[in-house]
Amino acid sequence: MNLKPETIEKIDKLVPRYPTVRSAALPLCHLVQEDQGYLSQEAMEWIAERLGLQPINIIEIVTFYPMLRTEPTGEYHVRVCRTLPCALAGAYQTCKSFEKEFGCKVGHTSEDGKVTLEFVECHADCGKGPVVMVGEDEYTDIDPEKAAEMATKMKNGEFPKGL
Amino acid sequence: MAPQETRLIFKHIDEEGYTNDIDCYVKNGGYEQLKKAVTMKPEDICAEVLTSGVRGRGGAGFPAGMKWKFLDRKSGKPIYLVCNADESEPGTFKDRQIIHQDPHQLIEGMMCAAFAIQAKLAFIYIRGEFFQGYKILERAIEEAREKNFLGDNILGSGYSCDIIVHRGAGAYICGEETGLIESLEGFRANPRIKPPYFPAALGAYQCPTIVNNVETLCDVKHIIEMGGEGFAKIGTPGNTGTRIWCVSGHVQKPGYYEFACSDVTLGQLIYDVCGGLKPGRKLKAVIPGGSSAKILRADERFTGKLKDGTEFDWGIEDIPMDFDSLMAVGSMSGSGGVIVMDDTTDMVEALANINYFYAHESCGQCTPCREGVPWMRKVTQRMVDGEAREEDADLLKSIADQIAGRTICAFGEAASWPVQSFIAKFKDEFVEKAKEQAARRKEGQEVAKETTLI
Ligand SMILES: Cc1cc2nc3c(=O)[nH]c(=O)nc-3n(C[C@H](O)[C@H](O)[C@H](O)COP(=O)(O)O)c2cc1C
Ligand code: SF4
Ligand code: FES
Repeated sequence: MNLKPETIEKIDKLVPRYPTVRSAALPLCHLVQEDQGYLSQEAMEWIAERLGLQPINIIEIVTFYPMLRTEPTGEYHVRVCRTLPCALAGAYQTCKSFEKEFGCKVGHTSEDGKVTLEFVECHADCGKGPVVMVGEDEYTDIDPEKAAEMATKMKNGEFPKGL
Repeated sequence: MAPQETRLIFKHIDEEGYTNDIDCYVKNGGYEQLKKAVTMKPEDICAEVLTSGVRGRGGAGFPAGMKWKFLDRKSGKPIYLVCNADESEPGTFKDRQIIHQDPHQLIEGMMCAAFAIQAKLAFIYIRGEFFQGYKILERAIEEAREKNFLGDNILGSGYSCDIIVHRGAGAYICGEETGLIESLEGFRANPRIKPPYFPAALGAYQCPTIVNNVETLCDVKHIIEMGGEGFAKIGTPGNTGTRIWCVSGHVQKPGYYEFACSDVTLGQLIYDVCGGLKPGRKLKAVIPGGSSAKILRADERFTGKLKDGTEFDWGIEDIPMDFDSLMAVGSMSGSGGVIVMDDTTDMVEALANINYFYAHESCGQCTPCREGVPWMRKVTQRMVDGEAREEDADLLKSIADQIAGRTICAFGEAASWPVQSFIAKFKDEFVEKAKEQAARRKEGQEVAKETTLI
């Protein structure tokens, strides 16, 4: 495992703060995923080893929590909230606009590897729907036109990746 | 005239020039209540919280003071405090504002609560999608530590307590307090059976634990400031303090509005506060307390008796926004998420959207929930896809009835209540959907209509 020194430092600081070592499992998944972009088999084994756990203890977490990934995303990770308040504000049309621009169905990565387009559940900003995340950045009130503009910029590599 | 907001928790939210750093907070009187709290006897603070009557703002509305009383102090085990910042009930977006704009209010409330229950360590369980909120909290905690508002020997009181911010990773069930605790301990968020696992007795690490919502913990700060009796003067007996109503859906001005409990009716909230519906539209239905709450139909008459015996006869617009009134009309105030739907809304699609959510979020431990909730989703999806059957409404109800009350955690109810209430109130639309599709099929037309909500 080739983790950045900052990541190792964060991990070493974090683990002893918890009453039990195992409590650090989810935080470590986050830190390693941020470092590597996703959680490979090797990464999961590394986390297990670091915490004195079995690989299955980490794998069962990774397969439970939607935000943890075992595959890398495209260059841009676009998440559209589809839950009722955002849907009432037009989130499904927003998503269709992204699908059209990216030429890829929601739930998939475009063939050129540029974008991964996903639906997500309520992001707790329902007063400003449709809510869209690009990487870690949130965008609100995204109607189909705004989505198309964002997509064009992404295709040209001119949009912040939100990492 | 629009009723006046009472901004207690949201006093500084969206205020011009108000920033989320500690200097701004202290300049505005911040941490004075913590200074006061650490000079009080912990049990006296607990007594004030009990007197205040404050009920949990996370969904269930259980009195916080009572919950704190249930803490098992005899065991001698360390006590933990957990702030539930998972905020994932669809329609709810109040905790986000506190975390982003006024994080020190939460930290002060938490430290007051931690001192009152003599917690050894405190956690903020924050949903994973709050990337920015997480960073803001981490920074705020460091600022507070530098000023000795948390950490070792807080303000020279001899009491020490730290806060760990723990991030979730996209699972709604982590909001359920025992699921949250499992997640905190490094497991899948499978809720625990109660009894015996009431957190106040057997919580995090099998130790007594108090789990409270972000807003509830902020209230603690204000209870110390006003005293329990002072706080109880806001609102009505049994419904004390303020509530933050998060309004979304088909209104002109969606947003968050804080009112003393009972100070605003649902009608005033929609028409006066949120600017009413879009031009030419009519109100069709409202889900008043997050997507799990039972839906209210705009043309219903609500009659019955309140807890104190007063009889009521309300239209939807007359319902006072508080815990007991919303309960009395057969729904709940839940997490304060008010979802408004106008007459353009297709109820089958709306329920299909809700069912999609719950089917996605079941933790899978209990058979009725793991099997039943995806089944309900499948039925409503099939209905909008053009294969609706007239008996589907009854089928949906029968599945929901077999889930509610038969599961480990209240998610079973949360997933069943929407189905039960949509069918109870809009059954005609479900049956109509099947008839319409049959008619179109007979005429050789495209059967499924284009959908907007699913
Ligand atoms: C399925 C489910 C999801 C929940 N989600 C949340 C949530 O996101 N935030 C929250 O504060 N409480 C949530 N709750 C309620 C918690 O279990 C718990 O009652 C609450 O955090 C207690 O705090 P309070 O008394 O201050 O409200 C949820 C409950 C259930 C059954
Ligand atoms: S009711 Fe559903 S979410 Fe709750 S424990 Fe059972 S399977 Fe899990
Ligand atoms: S429904 Fe999209 S943020 Fe809540």
